[in-house]
Amino acid sequence: MGLSNELGGIYHILMKDLQAYYLKPPNISWGILFPLVLSLAFLLRNPTGLIELAPGLIAMAAIFGTTSMEAIVITFEKRNGSLERLLLAPISIRSLLVGKILGGTVFGGMISGVMVPITIIMFGMEIVDPILFFGSLILTLLTLSALGALVAVSVTEVFEAQTLSNFFRFPMIFLCGVFIPVEAMPLVLQVVAYLLPLTYSVNALRMATIEASGLLGPLINIGAMGVFLFLMLAASERVLKRSLTQ
Amino acid sequence: MLEYAICEGLVTTEGITMIQPAIKVHGLTKHYADLVAVDDISFEVDRGEVFGFLGPNGAGKTTTIRMLVGLTRPSDGTAMVAGHSITDDIVEVKRRVGVVPEVSNLYDELSVWDNLLFMSRLYHVPRQARTSRIEEILQSFDLMSRSRMKFGKLSKGLKRRVVIAAALVHAPEVVFMDEPTVGLDVVSARTLREFIEKLGTEETTVFLTTHYIEEADRLCERIAIIVEGRIVVADTPEDIKKRIETQPIIRAELSHVPDRSLLRSLSDLGDLEHEGHIIRLRVENPGESLGLLINTLSSRGMSVEALETVRPTLEEAFVELTGMSPDRMQAEKGGVQRWD
Repeated sequence: MGLSNELGGIYHILMKDLQAYYLKPPNISWGILFPLVLSLAFLLRNPTGLIELAPGLIAMAAIFGTTSMEAIVITFEKRNGSLERLLLAPISIRSLLVGKILGGTVFGGMISGVMVPITIIMFGMEIVDPILFFGSLILTLLTLSALGALVAVSVTEVFEAQTLSNFFRFPMIFLCGVFIPVEAMPLVLQVVAYLLPLTYSVNALRMATIEASGLLGPLINIGAMGVFLFLMLAASERVLKRSLTQ
Repeated sequence: MLEYAICEGLVTTEGITMIQPAIKVHGLTKHYADLVAVDDISFEVDRGEVFGFLGPNGAGKTTTIRMLVGLTRPSDGTAMVAGHSITDDIVEVKRRVGVVPEVSNLYDELSVWDNLLFMSRLYHVPRQARTSRIEEILQSFDLMSRSRMKFGKLSKGLKRRVVIAAALVHAPEVVFMDEPTVGLDVVSARTLREFIEKLGTEETTVFLTTHYIEEADRLCERIAIIVEGRIVVADTPEDIKKRIETQPIIRAELSHVPDRSLLRSLSDLGDLEHEGHIIRLRVENPGESLGLLINTLSSRGMSVEALETVRPTLEEAFVELTGMSPDRMQAEKGGVQRWD
């Protein structure tokens, strides 16, 4: 009864968020235009080496797709008091957060889902290991969405959520191998890169699309993303619980 | 109304079922750094009772509600709500209570129906009962014709009605209402009060905070007054009024609005208040003062249209017990609404 109530709560929060926020026509059109314009910009600027770039662009679509709307949704609900409605409901704070994180995951999945066929058709990318590709993409979306939730529960204003999101997003785009391979960066930056979740996402997606990989490489990257997901969910839960003592 | 609620009771060794109170608070305390927002309060609310929780702004009313519904952790003390501990079993408490917050915080982008549907799902109303329950609630709140309207498009009064409906959709045992009629027009406020009265007759326990003392006087079976985090009195409205009933009050409706000179003369007879052509005189000896009052008025050519001796109002008791000035009392009412 307890678990089914928690799962039911997660599902209903997810569906409510999709209905109230994510699946609005302006968001859907942005979700299609963003990956399309991004891909076209790279295709027209420099048509060579696009296959190497494709995993990074998918990861980039994932990070913007998950964190942009989710941070706004959670902060908006905090501001107008409707997040309190969910805190009043008979479900745990963890389930509440999982419901919220899944909303960002689905929206990020839609945007990445547009990016995948674009990179296949326009860039000639091939998915050599579909299980690794989709598994690591889903884990990437969940991890980055959990990062968005952590940012949102830590601030009070929507603009603060955007600013703090950018504080993580842009350094990750430049440090995590989206454009420049991590190995080509100075050692200090490599260390920083391996402290960021997107590095493992790009690595895993690259292994699934370009490089023939053994078992160990994918497992390390997936394991690292799992650790980040757990840490961010735990941190978000802690922040939200702490707000209840205030 | 209690279709989904579970009534809790204690069975003694003699097999007698003793009904637990709906809310039992013992030594509840909340600190914010050095500030003591709620200071060691204890009270009980019976099942099916409409209980008023009054106090000036910042007295600790909302903090108390937030602790009882699991939005804030108490620094100390315990409380049982609907038979479950707020510190050890808060999910079970949440399942059994409905909350009407001070702000109308449902989802603007969802219709009235979808908001209620979401709340019914979140509170585990059985799937087969949801539609009929939502229809029943919408009809009792006269919202059926607006069920497809987006919440964000509704007027303030209608939003409050939907928020109350949302708090009741899972037929809670206890409903917490934080200033439910604040800022509403007279008609909407009256409609909401009628709903609250109806709830009281349907055996739902109502825990109500309000700035409108007359509202509490009419709706509540018992009232607790909280000042600076401490409960100064908890009793029936009548008994609270009796506590300050030291001096009788003569209330007179005059034929005209009295001028300054007349008011000066009348104030010699006792503590005088006036509003338009109505005067209230708190006197030591009503028999003697009545004669003097009539003489004074007739000597100024003023006739009396109605005359009575009255007991202090709950508002006067509140002002005396909380030590609030009438000006602050008026300011806290916000001048938005008067009792109709």
